[in-house]
Amino acid sequence: MGFYLVQFLGGLAQASSLFLVAAGLSIIFGVTRIVNFAHGSFYMLGAYLAYTLAERMGGAVGFWSAIALAAVATGVVGVVMELLVLRRLYRGPELFQLLATFGVVLIVQDVALLIWGPEDLLGPRAPGLEGVVRILGRPFPKYELLLIALGPIVLGLLWLLFHRTRWGTLVRAATQDREMTAALGINQTWLFTSVLFVGSLLAGLGGALQIPREAVNLHMDINIVVEAFVVVVVGGMGSVGGAFLAAVLIGLIQAFGILVFPQITLVVVFLFMAVVLVVRPHGLMGRQQATARGAGHVPEAPIHASGMMGRVAAVGLLVVLAALPALFGDYALAVLTEMMILALFAASLHFIMGPGGMVSFGHAAYFGLGAYGAGLLVKHLSGGMVAGLVSAPLFAGLGALLFGWFCVRLSGVYLAMLTLAFAQIVWSIAFQWYAVTGGDNGILGVWPDGWASPRWAFYYLSLVLCAGGVLMLRRVIFSPFGYALRAGRDSPLRADAVGIDVRHLQWLAFTVAGAFAGLAGGLYAYSKGSVFPTLMAIPRSVDGLVMVLLGGVQTLTGPLVGAAVFHALNTEMVRYTDHWRLTLGVAIVLLVVIFPQGIVGTLARLPFFRRKEA
Amino acid sequence: MTGSTSDAILTVEALNAYYGRAHILSDVALQAGRGEVVALIGRNGAGKSTTFKSIMGLVDDRRGRITFAGNDISRSAPHEIARLGLGYVPEDRRIFTDLTVMENLEVGRQRPREGAPEWTPERLFTLFPNLAEMRGRLGGGMSGGEQQMLTIARTLMGNPLAILLDEPSEGLAPRIVEMMAHAIIGLKAEGQTIILSEQNLHFAGLVSDRAHVIEKGRIRFGGTMRELAADEAVRRAYLTL
Amino acid sequence: MAVLEVSGLTKSFGGVQAVKGVGFSVEAGELLALVGPNGAGKTTCFNMLNGQIRPDAGDVRLAGVSIAGKSPRRIWRMGVGRTFQITATFGSMTVLENIQMVLLSHHRNIHDLWTRATRRHADAALALLDRVGMASQASRPCGVLAYGDLKRVELAMALAGEPRLLLMDEPTAGMAPAERIDLMALTADLVRERGIAVLFTEHDMDVVFTHADRIIVLNRGELIAEGPPAAVRANPHVQEVYLGSGSMYGHAGGKTP
Repeated sequence: MGFYLVQFLGGLAQASSLFLVAAGLSIIFGVTRIVNFAHGSFYMLGAYLAYTLAERMGGAVGFWSAIALAAVATGVVGVVMELLVLRRLYRGPELFQLLATFGVVLIVQDVALLIWGPEDLLGPRAPGLEGVVRILGRPFPKYELLLIALGPIVLGLLWLLFHRTRWGTLVRAATQDREMTAALGINQTWLFTSVLFVGSLLAGLGGALQIPREAVNLHMDINIVVEAFVVVVVGGMGSVGGAFLAAVLIGLIQAFGILVFPQITLVVVFLFMAVVLVVRPHGLMGRQQATARGAGHVPEAPIHASGMMGRVAAVGLLVVLAALPALFGDYALAVLTEMMILALFAASLHFIMGPGGMVSFGHAAYFGLGAYGAGLLVKHLSGGMVAGLVSAPLFAGLGALLFGWFCVRLSGVYLAMLTLAFAQIVWSIAFQWYAVTGGDNGILGVWPDGWASPRWAFYYLSLVLCAGGVLMLRRVIFSPFGYALRAGRDSPLRADAVGIDVRHLQWLAFTVAGAFAGLAGGLYAYSKGSVFPTLMAIPRSVDGLVMVLLGGVQTLTGPLVGAAVFHALNTEMVRYTDHWRLTLGVAIVLLVVIFPQGIVGTLARLPFFRRKEA
Repeated sequence: MTGSTSDAILTVEALNAYYGRAHILSDVALQAGRGEVVALIGRNGAGKSTTFKSIMGLVDDRRGRITFAGNDISRSAPHEIARLGLGYVPEDRRIFTDLTVMENLEVGRQRPREGAPEWTPERLFTLFPNLAEMRGRLGGGMSGGEQQMLTIARTLMGNPLAILLDEPSEGLAPRIVEMMAHAIIGLKAEGQTIILSEQNLHFAGLVSDRAHVIEKGRIRFGGTMRELAADEAVRRAYLTL
Repeated sequence: MAVLEVSGLTKSFGGVQAVKGVGFSVEAGELLALVGPNGAGKTTCFNMLNGQIRPDAGDVRLAGVSIAGKSPRRIWRMGVGRTFQITATFGSMTVLENIQMVLLSHHRNIHDLWTRATRRHADAALALLDRVGMASQASRPCGVLAYGDLKRVELAMALAGEPRLLLMDEPTAGMAPAERIDLMALTADLVRERGIAVLFTEHDMDVVFTHADRIIVLNRGELIAEGPPAAVRANPHVQEVYLGSGSMYGHAGGKTP
C-alpha cells in the first residue's frame, strides 16, 4: 500500500514540474498563437542559471534566491527573444514563428554548451528539505512534497493573475481579438512582451526547481518541451486549468506506467495523448481554436505548371546532376546523394503541408519506417536491395495509412501533435523491441546490391528514384486529386458543399506522402549501410519541417531548395565550426526574419519573378 | 464640402485606402465638430466601414491626412489613436465572448479626459439598463441587441472625445433599433461627439445633425440632414435601389 | 411534385427550441424567400436543409426522396447547390479552376492522380462563367476578385453541379445596389431557364419584394406567414414582429438592411 502511495506522490511531484513548464507554454500560445519550441530551452536555462547562482551564493537564502533569480532571468531572456525575433513575426505564418523558435533552440544549446560545458552538473540539495519523510513506512523525499504543493499554488496564482487583475483581463481580451483590443487603446506590443515574460519565467522556474532532483544537462530542453507539448495538447491549447489536469494525469501515468508496462514506458504517454485526441479533438478542456482576429493571413497564389523556362531549368538541373559523378569524388557524391534523398523527404512532407494543409511534426516516422522496411527485410529475410526498396515505401505507406486515419480527424496544432505522438510511438518500438529491431544497436549491413555499390552507381540510382519521386508528387499536385486536396484546404465548407470528402482525400494524401518519405528512408538506409532508431526521432522530423519552411511552404520548388540549403549549411558548418548549432540557429532566425515567406516564396514575390496576372 | 464647422474635432482629408490591389476609398473627406452627431450614409460595400477602420489605423494601406483633437493621427497605431480619445465601435460588435460584461467594460476603461463626458459602469447602466442585470454574464451568452449595447458601453468606458459608431442598427430587430436611437440621442444630450455610419436613412435622420453620403469609396454629398432630405437627386442616385 | 418539401422540421439546442414544426415546399422555377428577425431560426432551418445540422424531427424531401440527416456532401450529390452568406471559394485557384474543381467533383474525377486537372472540363467551366458574366475574368485568382464578382463565381459553382434546388444564404449581402439587381435578375433567369427551385434568405426587403415569388416568415422558430409578397407585406403580424411600421424599408431613399 505504502509503495503505491509513494508512487502516487512521486507522480504528483512530477506533475507539478510538468505543469509549471506546460502552463507557460500554454499561456504563450494562447495569447501570441506561437508554438514556442524554445520553451524547453528556457527550462534548461532556468536550471543552469539556478545551478550557477546557487553555487555562487550558497546557504539557504542563497539557494532559494538563486531559484527565484534564475526564474526571473529566464523571463528576461524570453522578453529578449520576443523583442528581437517574435515581434517581427506576429503577422507572419504561424509555422514561421515555429521555425524561428527552433532557431532559438539551437542557439541556446550552443550557448549553454559554451558557458557550462558538456558535463552533467549536480546541483546542491534544497536546504531544509534534504531528507525524507516516512509515508506508511516508505521513504519519500521532503523536497518532492514541496513540489506537490507548488503545482496547485501556481495554478491558483495564475487564476488570480488572469481573472483578478486588469493585466489578466487585457491578456484574455487580446487572446480573443487583438485588433479590437488595440482599438480600445491597449498597446498589445507590451502585452505580448509581458506574456512572454510570465511564460518564460514559469519555464525557468520549472527548470530551476529541478536542480536538487536531477543533474543539469544539455538534453533537458528537447525532452521537456516534448512532454510539455503533450501536456498542453492533452489539456487543450491555451487552457491553464486543462494543463494542470493533463499534467496530473500524465505524471500519474508515468509513475504507474513503469510498473504496468515496463517494456513500453516511452509509448504509454503518447498512446494516452493519441486516445485523448481521438476522443476529444481539442484536448480535455480546450475548445475549437478560432483564428485570432488581427493575425495576418496571406491568400496563396494559384499554382501554375512550369512554363518553357521552368522545364528548361529542370532539365538543365538534371543534366548537371547527371554530370556530377564525372567531376566529384566519393565524399562529395555521398553528400549529394544524401541531399537528394532529403529533397524527396522534404517534398513528401511539403505534399501534406502545402496542398494538404496538414502540418506534421512527426514525418520522420515514415522516413524511418521506410528505412526499417528495408532493414528488417535484410535482417530477417536476407532480402536484396530491390526488394528492400519496394518494401520501404510499402512499409511506410501502410504505417501512414494506419496513423493517417487518426490524424486527419484533427486539425492544426492538434494534428501536428498527433503526428508527433505516432512518430514517438514508432520510435519507441524501434528503440525498445530489441528482438526484432535490434534496439539502439540498429540494423547493420544494409548494403546496396553489387551493381549499385560504387558511389557513383548508387548516386545515379538515388537520382533516378528521388527525381522520379519528386516529379511524381508534383504531377499529383496538378492532378484532379491535388486540386481537390487544395480545395479542401482553401475552404472545407465549400469543398464539402460540392461533394468533396476532404477527410478521405487528406487520408490518402497522408498515405502517399508517407510512402514517398518511406522511399527516401529506404534509399537512406542503403546509402548508410545501417538503420537506427534516430532516423525517426524528433530531430529528423524537425529537420524536415525546417527544410520545407526554409524553402517556403507555398511554393512547389521551395522544399527542394530548402533541403539543399539546409543540408549544405548543416554539413559544411559541421566541417568548419564547432558551434554549428549556434551558426545554424542564427542563420535560421535571420532567414526567417529576412524571408518571411521562405526563400523561394520571398523570391517569387519580387517583381522580377512575379508572373504577370492575366 | 458644405456643413464644415470651425470647431472641428475630427478632420479627414484626401483619405485613400487599399486592400491589396483594390482601391477602396478615394479622396474621402469628412469633418465632425464637438458635440455633433454626423452620419456617414451609404450602402453595404460603399466604404463606410473602411472609412472608420482607416481613421482608426486598422487598415494597413491608407494615405491621407487625419487630424483628431489637434493631433495628426494619419500614421498612428490604433492604440495610440484610441488613447487620444477617439472611440471605435465596430459593426460586427466584436464583444470578448469569453469575458464577462464587467470585464468587457474593464478592457475599454481609460482615464477621464478633459472635455469629454466621464463614464463609469454605473452611469452606463442607466443608459443601457439591460446590461445592469447581466454584469457577470459572459459576452458570448448575450443576444445581438445586448451585445450591441455592450460594445458601445465598452467604448464609452474610454471616456472618448468622439466615437466612430459603425452601423449601430445593423441586423437588429426594429424594436431594438428604436432603443438604440434613444441611447444615441441620450449620448448626444451628454455632449458626446458621434460619427455614425448607417444605411438606414430613417435612423440616421432621427439622430444626426449632418450627413455625408458615400458611394463606391467617394463622398458624394455633405450637408445637413434637412438638405439631404430636400435633395431628391442625391437620394435617388446613391441611396435607392 | 414540388422539388423541395419540408414538413414538421424541428431542432432544439440545449433545451431551447430553435425551429418548431416548420413545413413548406418549393416548386421548380420558383424563388421562395425565407425571412424573419435575427434569431428566428432561419440559419438553423437552412443548415438542416443543406445537411450541416441534423434535424431532431421532421422530414426534408428532394423530389420525393428524403435528405434529412444526410451529409452536405451527399445532399449536394443529390442535386442541391449552395451559395454562402460570406462567399466560400477556393482562394488559391483561378476563377476557371474553381468551376473546373466543381465539375471534377460532379463527374467523380477527384481520385485521378495523373491527368492535368486544368485540362479537364475547361470548356464547360468557361461556358458557365460566360453565363454569369465572368468569362473575362476566368484566369484571375479568386483571391483578388471584387465581392460582387465572387458572388457570381459562387453562383456558377452552384450551377456546375446541375442542381435541382439552389439554397442561397443572403445572396446579396455586402453588394452594391446595382450589383444586387443584376445578380438577382440573373438568378431568376437561370432558375427559370433550367427549372431550378430556389430558397433564399435575405435581409434586404427590397430584394425580397422584387424577386421572390413567395415569402415565408419565421419568428421564434415558427412559421407565422406564407404567401405572395403583397400579402406578406400587408400581414399585421409580420409587420409587428419583423417589418415594423415600414419606416425602415421601401422609403424613397430608404433602407437596405
